[in-house]
Amino acid sequence: MKQFAISVTNLVKEFKVNKTLTTAVNGLSLQVARGDTYGLIGPDGAGKTTTMRVILGLLSRTSGESSVLGFDSMNDMYQIREHIGYIAQQFSLPPNLTVIENMLFFAGVHSVSAEDQKKRIPELLSFAGLTEFSSRLAGKLSGGMKKKLALACSLVHEPQVVMLDEPTLGVDPVSRREFWNLLGNLRAEKGLTIFICTPYMDEAERCTHVGLIYQGRMIVDDSPAQIKAIIPGHLLEFTPSDFAPALKLCAGMEGVLEVQTYGERLHVFVDDAARSKPQLEAALTAQRITYGDLREIEVRMEEAFISLIRRQKESTEQNGLPALKSEVSGDSR
Amino acid sequence: MNAESFAPQNHGAPILVQHLTKCFGAFTAVEDVSFSVRTGEVFGWLGPNGAGKTTTIRMLLGLMKPTSGNSFVLGFNSATQTKLVHAHVGYMSQQFTLYNDLTAAQNIRFYGSVHGLSSDEIRQRVLEIIQMAGLDGRQNLLTGSLSGGWKQRLALGCAIVHHPAVVFLDEPTAGVDPISRRQFWELIYQMAKDGVTVLVTTHYMDEAELCQRVGLISAGRLVALDSVNRLKQTEMRGQVLEINSADPERAVQILKASQQNHQIPLDEVALYGVQIHAVVPGAQEHREAIRRLLVENAVRVISIDWIAPTLEDVFISSVKANSRIS
Repeated sequence: MKQFAISVTNLVKEFKVNKTLTTAVNGLSLQVARGDTYGLIGPDGAGKTTTMRVILGLLSRTSGESSVLGFDSMNDMYQIREHIGYIAQQFSLPPNLTVIENMLFFAGVHSVSAEDQKKRIPELLSFAGLTEFSSRLAGKLSGGMKKKLALACSLVHEPQVVMLDEPTLGVDPVSRREFWNLLGNLRAEKGLTIFICTPYMDEAERCTHVGLIYQGRMIVDDSPAQIKAIIPGHLLEFTPSDFAPALKLCAGMEGVLEVQTYGERLHVFVDDAARSKPQLEAALTAQRITYGDLREIEVRMEEAFISLIRRQKESTEQNGLPALKSEVSGDSR
Repeated sequence: MNAESFAPQNHGAPILVQHLTKCFGAFTAVEDVSFSVRTGEVFGWLGPNGAGKTTTIRMLLGLMKPTSGNSFVLGFNSATQTKLVHAHVGYMSQQFTLYNDLTAAQNIRFYGSVHGLSSDEIRQRVLEIIQMAGLDGRQNLLTGSLSGGWKQRLALGCAIVHHPAVVFLDEPTAGVDPISRRQFWELIYQMAKDGVTVLVTTHYMDEAELCQRVGLISAGRLVALDSVNRLKQTEMRGQVLEINSADPERAVQILKASQQNHQIPLDEVALYGVQIHAVVPGAQEHREAIRRLLVENAVRVISIDWIAPTLEDVFISSVKANSRIS
């Protein structure tokens, strides 16, 4: 049996806001295997950050269980601190300390021995590509370099697990790619377990496992490939000359399972692409809607996310698309 | 206000940039950049941090004088007719400059009066913008209590309260969830269909794919300018292979070692979930070499597929190639 680095069972977290009770996390369960990169995704306000903070022991839980490396989030929070690295949302590093001083500061906080510091700090700086910037003030680093420094600092005590809350916010594509490549290297070379919250679905694609939560509940918990596979039908994409009439036409057509908007394009899920494509073309032509580039494309995490959340919303409201459950869900252990 | 004298002049392109250059001392932030954006076009202005993206926008808005070259918005010269430019453009930054202690409707009223709208016009615009932003029933909530997606749509509404013909959106979707982002892009294209010209910057290339045309600036120079589909055909150096193997963690280390000792010419090799993406000069000839190397090292290969590059692949390839030249 695989050993779990993070384990959460029936977690509930309630807040009192202006005398009204709000349930931010509502019976959530998840398991993260050692060496996995687990992405927690969901719409704004779904409970991602709260879940992470409860796991870390920064917030107390209302009921349920949560632990990291076997340490209970509430009772063993000091052991958890010793064994994990954490980058909070909108973290800030002391800007008036240099890169190396920041590293030394975090090493000190975690009581890393002088000997270990001497070995690890140069290693981490070189790993993060920051060696030549050692004496630069953290406040003078670019956004991408700050994130890499934060990652290096969070690893100075050699944690087995890192928890990252939206770590790439505001970072440009080159730095974001570098940051994710670093995470990949950490997984490959050190077997580091990574738990990450992100609003970006291309980042979710780079996880080995993804948990999609909505209103504090787990909707699907699986690999990105499996999650994409449970969305029924085939996906057609095209750019209509008249957007609103085309949207209406598609939504009412036989064989159409779901329609999503994508900028000036439409994404139409159909049960049979070979049958629906000519039907769709004929219907558009009959309504004098011209279209460019009608083709079948692969479903990405982004389309899957939108479809799953919409289904969930509509099934809570008792109409429309049925909610889908992952066939290989991991909650029956 | 005499409407005629402020009406946009006959200009051809609503955004026109001609040989724009900006130097800060010895540093050239923007170097001889030229492009134009058509009426009703949604144009993506992309580039890494520090590449000159924001400097270009500041010059277009007349907030900064160019060292040489010119820029025009709706035919008005940005540097000499700045007030006219401001009267006809909308601008939304990623900080959503909204007043959190005002209600949604009060924010719209405030921006309406800043732009000199009459009270009748303001009343009309409040209704329209509340509806556009999907804020029905929430117009009297404090802005600070709204979630990211609503705030963002409200910020857009405030930026276009005076019906500008050109809108600049500077990283408008940073940090909002995928559903809100799709709704936001529906609004962008509604505006464009009404003839509004939109210039948008973003760090998310899957979002930049939604633009009709993109310009890519790197180290101050315009390095690519075309539709996303064309750029994928013309600007990608190398081809992307997607490798499925039984042990991706070990496979990526083997490939990295072969990259370092130049055994296989890999431009990039990295883990993507349980897969590996490798950028090679030629997919056909290097696929076999990769397969052989992995098999020799006792890694079972499930598949190696040649996949289409994403816009992010193209962006990174283009930026790297141009930083090598300069």
